[in-house]
Amino acid sequence: MQKYFAFFRLRFTLGLQYRAAAAAGISTQFAWGFMQIMIYKAFYDAEPGAFPMTFSATVSYIWLQQAFFALFTAWIVENEILDSVVNGNIAYELCRPIRIYNIWFSRSLANRISRAFLRCLPILLVAVFLPYPYGLSAPASAFHFVVFILALGLGLLVTVAFCMLIYALTFFTISPQGLMVIFTSMVEFFAGAVIPLPFFPEKIQRIMELLPFASMQNAALRIYSGSMSSPEMKRTVLLQVIWLFILTFCGSALCRYAEKKVTIQGG
Amino acid sequence: MNTLKSCVRLYFHYVSINIRSIMQYKTSFFLSVLGQFLVSFNVFGGIYFMFLRFHSVKGFTYNEVLLCFSIILLEFSLAEMTARGFDTFSGMVRTGSFDTILIRPQHEILQIIGSKFELTRIGRMLQAIVMFCYAVFHCNIEWQPARIATVFFMMAGGMAVFTGIFMIYAAFSFFTLDGLEFMNIFTNGAREFGKYPIGIYGKKMLFFTTFIIPYALIQYYPLLYLIGRTDNAVNIFLPLCAVFFLIPCYMFWRFGVRHYRSSGS
Repeated sequence: MQKYFAFFRLRFTLGLQYRAAAAAGISTQFAWGFMQIMIYKAFYDAEPGAFPMTFSATVSYIWLQQAFFALFTAWIVENEILDSVVNGNIAYELCRPIRIYNIWFSRSLANRISRAFLRCLPILLVAVFLPYPYGLSAPASAFHFVVFILALGLGLLVTVAFCMLIYALTFFTISPQGLMVIFTSMVEFFAGAVIPLPFFPEKIQRIMELLPFASMQNAALRIYSGSMSSPEMKRTVLLQVIWLFILTFCGSALCRYAEKKVTIQGG
Repeated sequence: MNTLKSCVRLYFHYVSINIRSIMQYKTSFFLSVLGQFLVSFNVFGGIYFMFLRFHSVKGFTYNEVLLCFSIILLEFSLAEMTARGFDTFSGMVRTGSFDTILIRPQHEILQIIGSKFELTRIGRMLQAIVMFCYAVFHCNIEWQPARIATVFFMMAGGMAVFTGIFMIYAAFSFFTLDGLEFMNIFTNGAREFGKYPIGIYGKKMLFFTTFIIPYALIQYYPLLYLIGRTDNAVNIFLPLCAVFFLIPCYMFWRFGVRHYRSSGS
C-alpha cells in the first residue's frame, strides 16, 4: 500500500508542474461554462415550466462540472499506459514487485487530482461571486455539502475504475484508438456531460441512473444543489459504492488474466 | 495563370499522396471515421433530447436548429479536412521542419495545407449531410435559386472563416512554440456552440461574432434568410463577406513567418 501511495505522491507533484497548461485550461473552461449557461438561459426563457430543475441549480451544475472537469472527463487518457502496451515497455512494469492494476490506478488518480487541483479553485472562486442566478450558489445545507464531497470522491474513483477496464482491454486489442473513442463517447453521453441527466425524458433517465456512468459526475453535481431528496441521495451514494466495487473487481480480474496472456510487443 | 494551375496540380498531388498513405492503415482509418461520427453524434443526441422537452428556443424549432447545426458542422469539417496542416503546425515549428518548407520554391501555405489531408473527417461530414437532408425535408423551405446559392455561400464563407482561425492558431506557435489551448474556444468551441443559432446567446455575443470573428455572418444571418425569417437580400451575400476575414489572418501569419526563428536541429 505504501509504495502505491508514494507513487501517487510522485505523480501528483509531477502533475502540479504544468501550471501554464492549467491557466490555458481555466480560460477554456470559463468560456465553455459561460456558453453553456447562455444556452440553458435561452431554453429557460422559452419555456420555464419545462425545466426539470431550478435555473440556478442548473448553473451550479455547470460551474461545478467545469471546475472539476479534470476529475470526470473521459477525454483524459493515460497515453503512457496505452503506449507501454503497444511498444512493449510494459515488460519493465511486469518485472517489478508491484501490481499493475494498483500502480495504474494510483497514476490515473494522481493525474486527475493534480489537474483538478490546479484548475478548480480559480473557477469556483469567480463562479461564487457572479451575480445570482449566473453564479455558483451555496450548497443546500451543510449536510448536502458533506455528502457532495463524499460523492465527488466516489465519483472520481468510479471514473478511474472504469478507465482501468479500458486500459486492461488494450492488452487484447493492442490498438486502443477504436475502443477508446467508443467508450469515451458513451461515458460522456450517459454520465451527463452533454446534457445533465434530469433533462432526459423520465423513463430513459430512470434507466440511465442505474448505469455506472451516472455514478460518475452526475451524483456529486446533483447532490450539491439539493435537487435530490435524502432517500434518493442515500440510494445514489450506495449505488456509487456498489459500482466502484464491481468495476474494480472486474478490472483487477481482467488485468490479472491479461498479465498471464500478455504478448510483449516491440523489441 | 500558369503558376496557379501548377499550384492546384501540386495540391491535388499532395492530396493523393496523403490519401494513399492513410489507406495503408485501413482499420485505423475506419475506426477514426467511426470515432468522428460518434463524437458529433453525441452533440446531436444532446439537441434531440433537449427538444423532446422544449418546443423551441428563441423561436427556432428543432428542425431549424438541426439545419443550423448541420451547416456549421459541414463548414467546420470541410475546413478541418483541408486545413488540418495548420492544426498540427506547432510540431513543425518545434522540430524545425518548417526550415525545409521555407527553402522549397513553393508558397509555404500550399505546402502546409498539403502536408495533411484529414480524410477521417468524412465521419463528421456524413453525419452533417444526413442531418442536413432530414432538416431540409422537414423545414418547409421553398428552395428558390437564391436560397440554394445561400447554402453554397455559407459553405464557402464558413470554410474561409475556420481556415482563418486555424491559420491564426498556427501563427501563434511562431511565438509560443506550442499550440495555445485557449484557441480551442474558437475552433472546437465554435463548432460546439454554433449548433444553436448565435442569436440565442444574446446581443453582445451577436455583436462579437459579427464584427470581431464573423461566425454570425456564416451562420446566423444567412440562416434567417434560409428559413424565411427575413427577406433582406443582403443576408445572402453576408457569408461571402466573411471571406475577407482571411485578410487579417493572412497578415498575422506573414507577421509570424517574418519572426520565425528556427528552433530545431
